[in-house]
Amino acid sequence: MSETIEVSVVGGSGYVGGELLRLLLFHPQVSVRQVTSARLSGRFVYTAHPTLRGTTSLQFTHPDALDRADVLFLALPHGEAAKAIDMFADKAERIIDCSADFRLRDTESYEQWYGTPHPAPEWLSRFVYGLPERNRAAIADSRFVSGVGCNATVTTLALAPLVDGGLLDHAVADVKVGSSEAGAKASPSSHHPERSGSVRSFKPTGHRHQAEVVQELGRGFRLDFSVTSVELVRGALVTAHCFLKESTSERDLWTLYRKHYAHEPFVRLVSGKSGIHRYPEPKLLAGSNYCDIGFATDELSTANRVVTIAAIDNLMKGAAGTAVQCMNIMLGFDETSGLGFPGLHPI
Amino acid sequence: MSHSAECPECAAKVTLPDDAVVGEIVQCAECGVELEAVSQDPWKFARAPEEEEDWGE
Repeated sequence: MSETIEVSVVGGSGYVGGELLRLLLFHPQVSVRQVTSARLSGRFVYTAHPTLRGTTSLQFTHPDALDRADVLFLALPHGEAAKAIDMFADKAERIIDCSADFRLRDTESYEQWYGTPHPAPEWLSRFVYGLPERNRAAIADSRFVSGVGCNATVTTLALAPLVDGGLLDHAVADVKVGSSEAGAKASPSSHHPERSGSVRSFKPTGHRHQAEVVQELGRGFRLDFSVTSVELVRGALVTAHCFLKESTSERDLWTLYRKHYAHEPFVRLVSGKSGIHRYPEPKLLAGSNYCDIGFATDELSTANRVVTIAAIDNLMKGAAGTAVQCMNIMLGFDETSGLGFPGLHPI
Repeated sequence: MSHSAECPECAAKVTLPDDAVVGEIVQCAECGVELEAVSQDPWKFARAPEEEEDWGE
């Protein structure tokens, strides 16, 4: 498809909104019509997103003045999209919601993990979970696509070949995450003297993204899931201790992962035997849409332990990048369009 | 004519230059390991010795 489409970003003053703009303003088949923010209405977008200075004359629009567009990206705080989804659906043929509101498929699961009844339960079945590596065909056919949880994305992609291959008995996954996962609003835990230099066990059990991993990979294995906040701004790295049903060599893992991700444009296998960066490193992925995945077998284990390691930029593959990838799929564009940046080194 | 053989570490196909000889060192494009061609007809690789990282011991 070679046409140019008009998109708007609703709730564009946060970090995900900023990343969406950085991608969409340079996308060859996209024109950004509006970016909304109640707080910054009338201000130039570089007020919130300083790297966009000189690249666009866009100003934030008040949400009440939202016009029709071909695609709406919703980058609102969790809970806000669901409350107004009927109104948004009248404004655009297609919606990509980056919040957690429409990620889970059933109301029971939503209530269990989010602690309140879903505000628009009739909409859950209309949304497709927006992870192309799991749901590409459904995304292509859908008008409504959800965002993905960053910690869920990195874990799902790390484990998927083992689960789909019927090899995984159980996994203990610890995700180390950067501070940008907490969003652009300050909180006591983001205060510099508290945050700087910390390795904080943010959610040792009960993290909501666990529900997304189970939804996408099924219940054929047991998952234990912890999240630790570390000294990064961007990035998520999962170290998953995977206990397999049978002994598997590293060569076999290479073959399995290579086959599983052979046609995925944003998954790279990084399980090196030489050099400094032998395994996935989130720092190198800042600004890129790649998910790097590696693995190592434990030759001494009596429980068939394999450690899988995966890294992403949480704001990109874990949010805005995947959302734009979904837009490309929904519109029939080249899936990689606007997403070619490979990251920086050194950084 | 170029030659190729399987990487003993990751099973990727590794290509040798036309004028390769036994003892040639090449790098696997996929897993990055350095390989030494240890025989020909057919070509076979073994992992070339490398210095390991050693932190905290």
